[in-house]
Amino acid sequence: MRKLALSDEILLSIEKPARYIGGEVNMRVKNPMDVDIRFCMCFPDVYEIGMSHLGIQILYDILNRREDTYCERVYSPWIDLDKLMRDKDIPLFALESQDPVKEFDFLGITLQYEMCYTNILQILELSQIPIYARDRSEDDPIVIGGGPCSYNPEPIADFFDFFYIGEGETSYDKILDLYKECKQSGKSRREYLEMVSQIEGMYVPALYDVEYNEDDTIKAFIKKYEKAPDKVKKQVEVNLSEAYYPTKPLVPFIKTTQDRVVLEIQRGCIRGCRFCQAGMVYRPTRERDLEYLKKCAYEMLNSTGHEEISLSSLSSSDYSQLQELVYFLIDEFGSKGVNISLPSLRIDAFSLDVMAKVQDVRKSSLTFAPEAGSQRLRNVINKGLTEEMILKGASDAFSSGWSRVKLYFMMGLPTETYEDVEGIAVLAEDIAREYYKLPKEQRQGRVSIVVSTAFFVPKPFTPFQWTRMDTPEEYIQKQQLLRKKINEQLNKKSIKFNWHEAELSELEGVLARGDRRLSKVIYDAYKAGCLYDSWSEHFKYDKWVKAFEDNAISMSFYNSRERAEDEIFPWDFIDAGVSKAFLLKEYKRAKNSSITPNCKQLCYNCGAKVFACGVCFNNQEQAGDQTLLIDNPGQDLTEVEHEG
Amino acid sequence: MRVRLKFQKYGPMKFIGHLDVLRYFQKAFRRAGIDSEYTTGFNPHQIISFAAPLGLGLTSDSEYVDIGLNSSEAPEIMINKINEFMSEGFYVTGFQMLEEPADNEKKVSAMSLVSSADYLVSLKDGYCLGLDINNIEKFNEVFSRFYDRTEITINKKTKKSSMLVNIKPMIRLVSFDESDYKNKLKELLLDLPTDKNNQSSYFIDAESKAEIYDNNIKIYMQLATGSVANLKPELVIEAFCNDNNIEYNPYAWQVHRLELYTHKDSMDKLIPLSRFNK
Repeated sequence: MRKLALSDEILLSIEKPARYIGGEVNMRVKNPMDVDIRFCMCFPDVYEIGMSHLGIQILYDILNRREDTYCERVYSPWIDLDKLMRDKDIPLFALESQDPVKEFDFLGITLQYEMCYTNILQILELSQIPIYARDRSEDDPIVIGGGPCSYNPEPIADFFDFFYIGEGETSYDKILDLYKECKQSGKSRREYLEMVSQIEGMYVPALYDVEYNEDDTIKAFIKKYEKAPDKVKKQVEVNLSEAYYPTKPLVPFIKTTQDRVVLEIQRGCIRGCRFCQAGMVYRPTRERDLEYLKKCAYEMLNSTGHEEISLSSLSSSDYSQLQELVYFLIDEFGSKGVNISLPSLRIDAFSLDVMAKVQDVRKSSLTFAPEAGSQRLRNVINKGLTEEMILKGASDAFSSGWSRVKLYFMMGLPTETYEDVEGIAVLAEDIAREYYKLPKEQRQGRVSIVVSTAFFVPKPFTPFQWTRMDTPEEYIQKQQLLRKKINEQLNKKSIKFNWHEAELSELEGVLARGDRRLSKVIYDAYKAGCLYDSWSEHFKYDKWVKAFEDNAISMSFYNSRERAEDEIFPWDFIDAGVSKAFLLKEYKRAKNSSITPNCKQLCYNCGAKVFACGVCFNNQEQAGDQTLLIDNPGQDLTEVEHEG
Repeated sequence: MRVRLKFQKYGPMKFIGHLDVLRYFQKAFRRAGIDSEYTTGFNPHQIISFAAPLGLGLTSDSEYVDIGLNSSEAPEIMINKINEFMSEGFYVTGFQMLEEPADNEKKVSAMSLVSSADYLVSLKDGYCLGLDINNIEKFNEVFSRFYDRTEITINKKTKKSSMLVNIKPMIRLVSFDESDYKNKLKELLLDLPTDKNNQSSYFIDAESKAEIYDNNIKIYMQLATGSVANLKPELVIEAFCNDNNIEYNPYAWQVHRLELYTHKDSMDKLIPLSRFNK
């Protein structure tokens, strides 16, 4: 029988012991003695969040297909276990074998959001691996980072041996084969890392140095190892249509945020919303093959026993064979007790028909994401939908039986004025009025509208990477203005207003566009007790502020400064396909409120064509108007909101 | 058709709570391709109910779950089919098709049938009860003295108040040795034919999955369980510890459920749930 790393007494005295025992359905079982390479894959957040992540499931599968490799998993121990492990000096262990992570060859950490950075240090420290890469010995695991935040890895560069820039499907074989060779020929850790830097897409931070100007901006990014590449090129799975997909995903015992089969139908997005990092770095848009997806859906439902399937993509309505896929799922599985959960869809006859088939209209709510309150500002962010489309969509939904609507907006977008902010309230009011245009007998009581605003955070590799971010004070002022405006309107009782915490977003902004000097701040904040920063109940703003002060680094340098057009950014060494020139052109178009057509309508030469795949090479037929987005409720509940 | 499954829960699976076990079985039945009956509506779910939820940390040889099926193959085939999809720590040992209730009878849930349960409570290794009773002979002697009292009162706490309860009548059997326990149990059981496998039910004689500890300090006990009277084994141990000035440490004891029983209307004799097909 599997032996557990933690004693009964510990497991019974902490919350949800099932987080730490492994043994889930579809867990891969191998004898560690029979493999050459032990790889531990980590999502630095609590189990329920980490287990819901698709990327890890894909990599887990790819790595375990290698006979010479055993890939296991680890997640952040929750606060309760964290304390016990420190008190009792228990090393962090992988779920499969329950062996200490420090005995592994690799520790791969996925970087999904900036606010998990202190959790990375927790993982390293509890694993008893030196936190700084420079302090690691030949016996310590090689620590790899990957995922969205690796598009600016500089704030955490000191903690990693190397970063994998781009999609994981392409290069792990090269990394592992090289490791085996190096091990057999007795090469050192340093020699291995130098050789890794020769693999396309790999960034070894120790091989570079940064020089700063007197004003703290970057003067130069300098190679310390002659053969290291000048630019690190993003890796792209060129043949996604039938790229391997894990048909036997892990099924956790406890309820996780994604307690369902997740089917990735395409990668990338043609829309080019100017605030969206995913929309830029996952270019070009690539679709998966319809017949392959049908087969995957069937196999995954069988192998997991899940009672729900959900489609994953940045904009599902743009998947060319969406109707056929959705009707197939409904016809094939609907009668077998499988719920079909729909991701973001444009509102049209098709989506309303599908929604009415798969969910109880009276109980569910629709989610619209206009993102900005005025047409001018929607043009600035290239969210090409008009007020007419929004109201028409809402009206159609109301006459189909819905009476609950959620609206997502961002505040603090570039060029935003008080009028734009008030526009949010006006739009919500207009939607409410659409509802009362329905004859009384068709209404389901009072309409319920929830307005949620997030604080806009500029991200690297977006047209807004140059822009100044609002200060928390400015954001809170806008928030209060909006609340006042909502309360002045006729339907104020039908409109609920939620907002995100300003301080958390402020820090996210700093870490998103930060440089190498921040690693010490992150380290100090962690040592002062910061952990699980993305959980608002654990976020300790004052400790972060102190860490910045102690290091004489100001947050406003990173957030509240319009960057010069020719400023060298910390992430400029990454070649993400999309060029800096294109992004700058887009930023200028944004300031003029000019819309840029989507990838299917017209190619604007963003640079992603170099990958020679996907939408760049498919015929660019006219894509339909971009109308509203509707979502299925209850998809991702990790974000914390305030009610007002 | 209603079917009663009997299963063992052991090893790391003792850390899976009751609601998660429910979810686990629903998914396992789907993986195994069992033709489950579903409720109707927008969120159809399988018809499934457990006899007596097992607390976190406890292991068991005899858990029971009633499920609704639209169709079924022979019991032996069904057991094998389900076990093929069970994780280590779950093992199905019984499959029994239940009699349809007559028109004038109500459906009885497994939960309402349960009247008592057998437990094996063992002291885990590495825990000390106090120097003078840390060997079996001494422990058995002290525990017997505790059990032989005419009244055992404990302070039972509810959300609002606490009251003194005599738990002695709810303890129906105590033994320290397996063969002695089995002999005593025989007296309490209704005499049933030994061959229990037939067209509508199939049982596997599986080894007990109770964890064994070197110190060998253990107690077999039968306790009232269910809606009429319910006594948790942990409460007995706590009372014993309090009575003997031993600090009660809930982590020091492994509780293992051996069997669940019901009894026919007026008769006092017990029937294991697996031998009762309603």
